[in-house]
Amino acid sequence: MIMYDVYKLRQEFPMFTNKIKMQGHPLVFLDNASTTFKPQCVIDKMNEYYLYKTSNSHRGDYDLCYGMDQEVSKARRLVAKFINAEENEIVFTSGASMSINLIAYGYGLKFLTKNDEILITEAEHASNVLPWYRISELTGCKINFIPLDEQGHLTCENLRKVISIKTKIVAVAHVGNVLGYVAPIKELAKIAHEYGAIIAVDGAQSVPHIKTDVKDLDIDFLSFSGHKMCGPTGIGVLYGKYHTLDIMDPFLTGGGMNSKFDMCGNIKYLNPPSKFEAGTENLSGIMGLGKACEFLMSIGMENIQKHEESLRKYFLDKISDLDNIIVYNKDASTGIITFNIKGVFAQDEATYLNSKGIAMRSGQHCAKILIDFLHEVATVRMSTYLYTTKEEIDYVVKILKNGGDILDAYFN
Amino acid sequence: MPTLTNEMMREIILEHYSHPQNKMTPSNEYESVHMSSDNCIDDINVYVKINDNVIEDCLWDGVACAISTASTDIMCDLVKGLDKDKALYIIENYLKMIHEEPYDESCLSEANAFQNTSKQAARIRCATIGFNGLKELIDNEKK
Repeated sequence: MIMYDVYKLRQEFPMFTNKIKMQGHPLVFLDNASTTFKPQCVIDKMNEYYLYKTSNSHRGDYDLCYGMDQEVSKARRLVAKFINAEENEIVFTSGASMSINLIAYGYGLKFLTKNDEILITEAEHASNVLPWYRISELTGCKINFIPLDEQGHLTCENLRKVISIKTKIVAVAHVGNVLGYVAPIKELAKIAHEYGAIIAVDGAQSVPHIKTDVKDLDIDFLSFSGHKMCGPTGIGVLYGKYHTLDIMDPFLTGGGMNSKFDMCGNIKYLNPPSKFEAGTENLSGIMGLGKACEFLMSIGMENIQKHEESLRKYFLDKISDLDNIIVYNKDASTGIITFNIKGVFAQDEATYLNSKGIAMRSGQHCAKILIDFLHEVATVRMSTYLYTTKEEIDYVVKILKNGGDILDAYFN
Repeated sequence: MPTLTNEMMREIILEHYSHPQNKMTPSNEYESVHMSSDNCIDDINVYVKINDNVIEDCLWDGVACAISTASTDIMCDLVKGLDKDKALYIIENYLKMIHEEPYDESCLSEANAFQNTSKQAARIRCATIGFNGLKELIDNEKK
């Protein structure tokens, strides 16, 4: 096995080599569940489009345009390889939110009726809740919640308690954005299929951090965003089983997705994935995303996962003797650690951390789960990635020891 | 009021954060406005009772961080008993201070404690949420 050299990896990221500072301190970026830094190879690949390859895809007869088609296909193959899918099962979208909306409007709106039901959980991100509410409004179908266990885990046992033949879609996150638990997706998919339902997985917080094999998981849909996995903003993916993509409707219609239409309204759409990619796509973003997949595969997702898990253990060990920190998801295994400093409002703590150069997110993240499971209105969320170091964790622990002096941020 | 030292400013903010005297839900004879933020957790209501152009009472309630709690609470103290134009003058000068423009510090009393807010630019919204709410209430009353 190749040694995991985090310091060498950091050399590939301009946000580190440019020595970015925040409030006069070297930036310690621990908001990777929100977005991630981009390695130079991804930036170069995106620039390649603007510097050498500018053209539209599938529109022209000249070499430049043909070359662009090849680039899009190459990126699609890389994404497919990254999650073990087929090339024609990868739809490029603007991000996970658009991917989920595409499932909701393209599949949900087409196939669900007032007698049907969609199952979600209280821990879902807004982007995996609100599209389903819209479909419920439009079709009259019901939204029901799979109860979480006492710690906030999604379990097979609890899915079995609520699923029925009325259930048509089970829409859940692989890794939750607040508590960072990994859901047993393979088993959940099996149960959903037993009842004739499909499972739509929100992979925004999982695909960048853990190895994802859609064939092994046997899931019907997977949504994820490029920018959370070292890729560009404004580009994301909807994976769908080909048959499912084939029977669903497009969400956007227009150029590049039809093969013919006439004035009588006779329309023939292209086959998936083109059917879902109306208009000129984010070509630079597509090239960058392909490169990001290549970059992550070259490191190895298992290695990234191990690295984040070891940092998590390191942090929890370091703070075990501090009684001013409450950690809400000690038993999770991913890089998301959700906590509060006793007696300090989360937002004030995040500002204090900002004043020390540390980027973390405070917020409700997902209001419902916080109230029901954490009994807190807000928390601070620290989230690591492949480039986070032990030294950064040491620095954070040092700062958190004095985490109660929140007004220091204004009076230093 | 004498120039505030950092220590005094800290004490003022902490006192109003720990013991906000004006944080309560009043009877329904008050006009109210709901203020929330898309980039932070603050979610508050500001209440005002205006009679003959005079702000008889100003209160607030809701979920808020230290900066929004203390600034809104101090604002309530400042405007009670004032006529609307004086209150608007205070709001205007407070907002100027927050945005680092020249302002009349003589009218701001304890609210001067927030003069360093711009050091943490992401928190300007917190320091102004109550003031903006009150301004909206007074402006609506004028119509």
